[in-house]
Amino acid sequence: MSTEALRIVWIYPDLLSTYGDRGNMLILARRAAERGIPAETYEVRSDQSMPHTADIYLIGGGEDGPQALAAQRLIADGGLHQAVAQGAAVLSICAGYQLLGHSFFAKGAKCAGLGLLDITSDRGETRAVGELRGEIDPRLGLPALTGFENHGGRTHLGAHAAPLARVTGGIGNDGQTEGAWAGKILGTYSHGPALARNPAIADLLLRWATGADRLAPLDDTWADRLRSERLAAATPA
Amino acid sequence: MADVRKARTGENTGHTVILTVWQRVVTFESGTLAGVTDGMPLIAKVATSVSKTAAALSRAAGRGDGSVIGGWIGLKIDPDLLAHLAAGRAVALVSGTNGKTTTTRLTAAAVGVLGRVATNSFGANMPTGHTSALAKEGHTPFAVLEVDEHYLAQVIDQTRPRVVALLNLSRDQLDRAKEVAMMAQLWKTALAGHPEIRVVANSDDPMVVWAAAGSPEVTWFSAGQRWLDDSFVCPESGHPIERAQGDWWCTGCPLRRPRPQWVVEDEGVIDPRGDWHLVKLQLPGRVNIGNAATALAVAAEFGVRPIEALPRLSRVASIAGRYAQVDRDGRNIRLLLAKNPASWLEAFDMADQAPTLLSINARDPDGLDTSWLYDVDFSPLRDRPVLITGDRAYDLAVRLQVNQVQFRHVQTFDEALRSVPPGRLEVIANYTAFQDIRAELDRVN
Ligand SMILES: [Zn+2]
Repeated sequence: MSTEALRIVWIYPDLLSTYGDRGNMLILARRAAERGIPAETYEVRSDQSMPHTADIYLIGGGEDGPQALAAQRLIADGGLHQAVAQGAAVLSICAGYQLLGHSFFAKGAKCAGLGLLDITSDRGETRAVGELRGEIDPRLGLPALTGFENHGGRTHLGAHAAPLARVTGGIGNDGQTEGAWAGKILGTYSHGPALARNPAIADLLLRWATGADRLAPLDDTWADRLRSERLAAATPA
Repeated sequence: MADVRKARTGENTGHTVILTVWQRVVTFESGTLAGVTDGMPLIAKVATSVSKTAAALSRAAGRGDGSVIGGWIGLKIDPDLLAHLAAGRAVALVSGTNGKTTTTRLTAAAVGVLGRVATNSFGANMPTGHTSALAKEGHTPFAVLEVDEHYLAQVIDQTRPRVVALLNLSRDQLDRAKEVAMMAQLWKTALAGHPEIRVVANSDDPMVVWAAAGSPEVTWFSAGQRWLDDSFVCPESGHPIERAQGDWWCTGCPLRRPRPQWVVEDEGVIDPRGDWHLVKLQLPGRVNIGNAATALAVAAEFGVRPIEALPRLSRVASIAGRYAQVDRDGRNIRLLLAKNPASWLEAFDMADQAPTLLSINARDPDGLDTSWLYDVDFSPLRDRPVLITGDRAYDLAVRLQVNQVQFRHVQTFDEALRSVPPGRLEVIANYTAFQDIRAELDRVN
């Protein structure tokens, strides 16, 4: 990795880009560039084959139809599985998070997922909409999670996935835990540009991808102000 | 815009008290009803009177335009009031995610060639607003109403329109609204129950085409469409939609772009006979030429010829404060409303290369979620001084940093005014932020 540019792939923006999902790609590229890390971004559409040699994969939110279609194509393609097997980092959001699991519900039917995360998702009785807040798994060494959630799903974790965070505001997976992680795969219900409010997660992905233990600090004054404001706005669970 | 928020969420606190007061006042007002309410059931007459009076009081009390509260009270007294008020008028409804307020205003101007037109020109686009608008104008032969896309089915049932114009469907506050495909389905179902309606629909938007294509009478228009992200997947078959040179087609089923009868070309519009008409407007931007083309297409369904309507369109200068220019302390302030990604791109297109204030809120009418900021490319602003303000200025600050746009955060509109030199100040704001600034400028229209 030392001489080559970091490769960041945004998976299927034609299907999974409900709301500002592009932001995560832009933020990773920006934070790499500010540290002098060369980075290239690729938007891979659902009619293209998925490269398996990139360093970071991003998969976003979407409506039921596109979510089911994306899962079918990724299973048939196999590129993402291969990339994960080779140690690539993945950030998955909402519908993209669900489809990394064993199964999920779309348009009233149970759909097969990619099985990359040990999770299953079904429908909740109510839609979870609003500010989401949580204490991230201490093993990841990150400050509190803040996000905006907007989903009807509930997600159950198996033995081989750990919750990304313990919920302190909002719903997340089930009102208790939020998101999941295993290896270098992260999943969250913080929808859209989750990294805007959580630059430390962006830096975790960059560290995983570059192998660096630490990265030069950036001026995150505005992100810190945003985080304080949104963490205060979340209603305690 | 507390009125709008309450109407949206169904919270009635505050209005309930006013209702009881107005039930008493109505006895003094019943002499003013001649003409409007002839032939209506008594309850509708009472409701109409209360509606008008409450609207006047709301305005006088500085609570708003009065464009919602009157209708809200009237509908409480008579739930069929809107149907009673619409009866006997030739009605056009205008709906879509973007451009409906402007298109409604232009359509009302165009139909005005034929006679008086009632319209909800303040953008109060739910049944309460329609009721207020019709009650206020008294009896008119025509009505042109902007309709919130969620309420289209209901308003069709109540107003029995002759024409329905469908502009576009794109993401707009998804935390509150139905998903785009579900909205298209609602429209499709609503129209299927009313084959008598003449539909005027946008041939460039696959979602709109799918919703409208089942209707027996459709006039297609092409106003140009910049925002494409929401229609990559076919609503009929789920297959990808291909696009090339303004055309589009589904790769898995017969859905494809119909040939439009009205087409924007250069600074004008081609009508169904093939004649090109220059469109001269005071409203800025190419998007408004598209809105004018739509208005001409709708007005044509009532028998208005473009040559008759165009002079009236050119006299429209601003719409409920949008595009309005205000001079204050040597600054020429221009207000541009941008509600969602598609309309932000349009606002950058319209704005001069001058100091620009961006203001973002995320209250109920705006949608609580600000993630759409990353669907907008702010880089066109790199070449000008940018100020930011509003409830969610920090979200905007982080977004602009990622976009490498320099900015300065100001706490108030006055601070923004003081920090720019004399000359043009462009103000681009989302819905409630726009209303806040408009209030600072004495409810400029
Ligand atoms: Zn199709």
